[in-house]
Amino acid sequence: MKPTDTANPDYFHKVVDCQWGCPAHTDVPAYIRMIAQGQFSDAYMENRRSNVFPGILGRVCDRPCEPACRRGRVEDKPVAICRLKRVAADHRDDITDRLPKPPSQNNGKRVALIGAGCASLTVANDLRPLGYDVTIFEALNATGGLMRTNIPRFRLPPKVLDEEIGYILDMGVDLKLNHPIESLEELLKENYDAVFVGTGAPRGKNLEIPGRYDSDRIHIGIEWLESVAFEHIDTIGERVLIIGVGNTAMDCCRTSLRLGARDVKVMARKPRGFFKASDWELEDAEEEQVEILVNHSPKEFVYENDKLVGMKFELMKYQIDEQGQIDRGRVTGEKIIPCDDVVLAIGQDNAFPWIERDLGIQFDKWECPVVDETTMMSGREGVFFGGDSAFGPKNIIWAVEHGHQAAISIHKYCQGEDIEDRLPMGLNLASQKMGMHEWSYSNDYNPASRRLMPHVDLKKRFKKLNIEVELGFTAEQTIEEVERCLNCDIQTAFSANLCIECDACIDICPVNCLTITENGDEDDLRTRLSAPAENREQALYVSADLPHTGRVMVKDEDLCVHCGLCAERCPTGAWDMQKSTILVPYAADESPLDPPKVAAGIAVK
Amino acid sequence: MTFIAKPKVSHPGLPKNKLGLTSRDYEGVVSTLCAGCGHDSVTAALIQAVFELDIEPHMLAKMSGIGCSSKTPAYFVSQAHGFNSVHGRMPSVTTGANAANRDLMYIGVSGDGDSLSIGVGQFVHAIRRNLNMCYVIENNGVYGLTKGQFSASADIGSLPKKGMPNQQEPIDPVSTALSLGATYIARSFSGDKEQLVPLLKGALLHSGFSLVDVISPCVTFNDHEGSTKSYAHTRQFYNHVVNVDYIHPSEEIKASYAEGEAMPIHLHGGDTIILRKVDGGYDPTSRAAAFKYLRERFNAGEITTGLLYVNEAREEMHELMGNSDTPLSKIPLDELNPGKEELKKIQNRYR
Ligand SMILES: Cc1cc2nc3c(=O)[nH]c(=O)nc-3n(C[C@H](O)[C@H](O)[C@H](O)COP(=O)(O)OP(=O)(O)OC[C@H]3O[C@@H](n4cnc5c(N)ncnc54)[C@H](O)[C@@H]3O)c2cc1C
Ligand SMILES: Cc1ncc(C[n+]2csc(CCOP(=O)(O)OP(=O)(O)O)c2C)c(N)n1
Ligand code: SF4
Ligand code: SF4
Ligand code: SF4
Ligand SMILES: [Mg+2]
Repeated sequence: MKPTDTANPDYFHKVVDCQWGCPAHTDVPAYIRMIAQGQFSDAYMENRRSNVFPGILGRVCDRPCEPACRRGRVEDKPVAICRLKRVAADHRDDITDRLPKPPSQNNGKRVALIGAGCASLTVANDLRPLGYDVTIFEALNATGGLMRTNIPRFRLPPKVLDEEIGYILDMGVDLKLNHPIESLEELLKENYDAVFVGTGAPRGKNLEIPGRYDSDRIHIGIEWLESVAFEHIDTIGERVLIIGVGNTAMDCCRTSLRLGARDVKVMARKPRGFFKASDWELEDAEEEQVEILVNHSPKEFVYENDKLVGMKFELMKYQIDEQGQIDRGRVTGEKIIPCDDVVLAIGQDNAFPWIERDLGIQFDKWECPVVDETTMMSGREGVFFGGDSAFGPKNIIWAVEHGHQAAISIHKYCQGEDIEDRLPMGLNLASQKMGMHEWSYSNDYNPASRRLMPHVDLKKRFKKLNIEVELGFTAEQTIEEVERCLNCDIQTAFSANLCIECDACIDICPVNCLTITENGDEDDLRTRLSAPAENREQALYVSADLPHTGRVMVKDEDLCVHCGLCAERCPTGAWDMQKSTILVPYAADESPLDPPKVAAGIAVK
Repeated sequence: MTFIAKPKVSHPGLPKNKLGLTSRDYEGVVSTLCAGCGHDSVTAALIQAVFELDIEPHMLAKMSGIGCSSKTPAYFVSQAHGFNSVHGRMPSVTTGANAANRDLMYIGVSGDGDSLSIGVGQFVHAIRRNLNMCYVIENNGVYGLTKGQFSASADIGSLPKKGMPNQQEPIDPVSTALSLGATYIARSFSGDKEQLVPLLKGALLHSGFSLVDVISPCVTFNDHEGSTKSYAHTRQFYNHVVNVDYIHPSEEIKASYAEGEAMPIHLHGGDTIILRKVDGGYDPTSRAAAFKYLRERFNAGEITTGLLYVNEAREEMHELMGNSDTPLSKIPLDELNPGKEELKKIQNRYR
C-alpha cells in the first residue's frame, strides 16, 4: 500500500467515528471532554456551531453517531453521546452573549425561506449574521415544523424548542406565520435574491385496503400527531392498532397511551431486526407495555353494523438468507384483531402542489425535486432545497446539515460567486503531550458500561401528555459516561523516520492495532497483522518505509482505544498523540467579509 | 515508567489457546523498564510462546537474578511461580527448585552482567549439570540497571555513551555453552519475534539445558552509534542460519521446505521442531561444525542467529542422577526423610 496521506483531512476525520457519522460533523469527543471538565456552556457552544439545536438534539436526535461509535466495537454499547449533549444543554449558563450577533446593517440581499422547520431555521442562523434580510414563511401558526407538530411533548418539551428557535429569530429574522406559500411562481415574482424551500415531506402515506374510507376512526399518523400537538384531539379509543413500526409508530403508540388507550398494539409486517424504528424508541415503547406483533400484514378493515371493530391481517412467514436479506414472504393464515382506532404510520411522501412544473425544477417519480447534493440548488437558479423537502424524509440533523450547505450556496450565489467552488474541510493537528507520561486528556480506559437514562415513574408519566419521560443524566452518571469516550480525535500520528523498530508500541498496544511488516497490497496486509483486521470500513494506516529494515508500520484503526500507550512507550517519539480538529466551513467562513466583524455584528461588504 | 497500566480491554477477535486463554491472560504487571528497551520485546515473545504452548500458568516457574533483564519475570504470567534471587545466583536457586519439583517448567531470565560477569560460575555449572530449564539471556552488552557500565559480553572496540572503548575480550554465551555441552543453544534478537518465539517454544520443550541468548538493546545506555549491541548494528550484521518451526504433536507438517533446508527434530514430549536452514551446509547437530561456523562469522563481524546446536540424546540432570520420577515435593515426608536410623545405616556404609 502507499503511505497513508494524513494531510487529507478525511483520513483523521474518519477515525473520529462519531464525528464522521454525524451529518453535521459535530466534534463529539471535544465537547465530551468539556463536559468532563464541567464546561457546560463551552460544550453547548461547540455543539451549536455544528448542529444549531443542542437542547433539542440532545433529546431527540436520530443519533447516527452512536451506531458509528468505536466503543460499540470495542465492547457492545456505544457512548451515550446524545445524552451527554443534553447534559451540556441542561447545565449551560446563559449563553446569549456568545450567540451570533444580528448585523448592524443589512447587506442589501433578501432571502425567502419557506417553512419554519429546522432546515430553514439553520439557513437563517447562518445567513442573518452576514447581513442578509431573511424572511421565513410558515403555513402554520407556530415554528419548528415536525419538531413541534409531530415529536410529542413527552419527548421534547416546547420550552426547549422555543428557546433554541428564539436564539435564531432574535437575530432579526422576519417571521410570517399563518402564511402558506401557495405558488412558488408568485413568490419568485417578489424578486428575492434567493429562495430556500424547507417545507418537509408533509404527506403521510395511506393504506389503500378495503374499508379504508368507511370510518373516521382511521387516522394518518403525522396528521393525527399534529392534531394532538395543537390540542384538536385529546382522546382515543381503548384499543388502538398502530400500523407500521418506524419511529412515527413509536410516537403514535406512546401518545395513544397518554390519551386514554388501554391496549395498544403495534402491527409489524416483518420480524424484529427489520423494524425501521431505532432500538431506543422501541425500548421506550415496550417499557410502556406497548405490544409489538410481528409478521402481520394488513388485509382489510373489519366492520360490524358500519362500526369499525377490528382489522384483518395476513400472517406472514419469511426466509432470511445468509446475507441477512429477507424475502417477500408467504401467507400462512389470517387473523382478525379487534380495535376501536387505527393509526397508520407507514411513512411520509413529498408533495409540492404549490410548485408549478414549468419553473425549471424537475421532480422524480416520488415527487422529490432534483437537487444537487452538494450545493442544494434545484434546476432553477437561486432556488435551493433542504431538509425532508430535498431528498425525502430523513431527520433533524440531516436537515441542519442541508441548511448549512444551502446557506453557503445562497451566500456565494448572492455574492456572485461560483457555488461549486466551496472551501474544503481543513485539519489542525496539535500534540497532546504534556510531560514524560502526561497527556492533556484522560487516556486511561474506563471499563464502565453505558449508563441508563433515568425515566419518570411508569405510573406518573401518563397523567399528562407533556410530562417529559427522560430525566437527564445525574452528575454521577455523567462522570462515568464521559470517561467511556475513547477520545478518538486524539490521533496516533506516526513519523517513520524516527522509528528504530524496537517493537515497544506493538507489545504494549492493548488491542493489537500495530504491526511492523513487509509492505503488500491491502488484502494481503490485512491477513498479516497482529490481530484479525476484518473490518474493512476501518482504514489501515500505513507508514513510509522504515529506515532500518524498509518494512512498514501498519496500524489497523478499527479498535484503537486512543490510550496513548504506543506513544508513551516509544523511545523516539515516532508515535505521538495529536488532537485533530476538523475545520468545517460555514457560510461565515466563505464570506469575503471580515469574519471577526461578522461575529461582532458589523458585517458590511 | 508508565503511569497507566495496560488496560484490560482487548481485541474481541484475539485467538484462544487450548485452555481457552488469550495471550492477554499471560501478561504480567506493567513494565517499569525504559520505553523501547529490548527486554520488553523479549517479554512479549515469552508471553506469545507460553500462550501458544498452552502452558498452565501454575505449572510455570520464572526465575531471575538482578538487573533490568532480571525484572522481566514480573512482566509476564502473573499467575506463575517466581523467584527473584540474588545477583548472578539464579542458576543455583533454579537448580534447587528443579531438584525439588521436576514437574514445573523453568524459565530463567538473566542479563549478560548477571550471567557472564558476576554469575558466570553459576551459569557454567548449570550447563554442566544439564539442568532442565530454559535459560534466556537478555544480552545488551552493559549493566543497564546500574547505568550502563560494560558487561562481559561487550565487544572489543564497542563504544560506551561516554568514555573509552571496551578493550577486553567478550564472553560469548553461545560458544561458552557449546564448549560446556549444552543441549539446545540458540541466539536471536528482541526485534525479531518471528524468529524468537519459535526458538523459545523449542527451548521450553527441550529436555535439558536450553540457552537462548537474545540480543536485546539497552535503548538508554547502549543504543548509540559505535555500540555493537544497538538496534541498528544488530540489524545491519544480522545473520539467520537456522530458523525453527514448531509443530504441535497433533498437527501434521504442512509447510513445504526446499530440498536440504528442513531438518525435523523430535523432542521428548512428542513435539517436533523443524529446523529451517538458511545456509544448507550448516549442521546444527555437530558441535565442531557449529564452533567453526560461529568463529568464522564472528570474525567477519556478523551476528549469527537461529538454533545453532541441538542434541536431544543427552540426559538432563534428574536422569543423569537417577532421581525419582515423582518430584521430591510430592513424596510424603516420611518417605523423603527415612529417619535417623536409616541415615546412620547409610553413613556406616562409608566408615
Ligand atoms: C412522528 C415523527 C417523529 C419524528 N421524530 C424524530 C426524532 O425523534 N428525531 C429526528 O431527528 N427526527 C425525527 N423526525 C423527523 C424530523 O422531524 C424531520 O426530518 C425534520 O423535522 C425535517 O425538518 P424540515 O425542516 O425539513 O421540515 P419540517 O420539520 O417538516 O418543517 C417544514 C415546515 O414547513 C411548513 N410548510 C410546509 N409547506 C409549506 C408551505 N407551502 N408554505 C409555508 N410553510 C410550509 C410546515 O408547516 C412545517 O412547519 C420525526 C418525524 C416524525 C413524523
Ligand atoms: C551482589 C551485587 N553486586 C552488584 C550489584 C549491582 N548491580 C545491579 S544490576 C547489575 C548489573 C546488571 O547487568 P545485566 O545483568 O546485564 O542486566 P541489565 O540491567 O543490563 O539488563 C549490577 C552490577 C548487585 N545488585 N548485587
Ligand atoms: S493509542 Fe496506541 S497503544 Fe493505545 S490502542 Fe491506539 S494504537 Fe494501541
Ligand atoms: S515504539 Fe517507537 S521506535 Fe519502537 S517500534 Fe514503535 S514507533 Fe518504532
Ligand atoms: S536501562 Fe537499558 S536495560 Fe535497563 S530498562 Fe532502560 S533500556 Fe532497558
Ligand atoms: Mg545487560
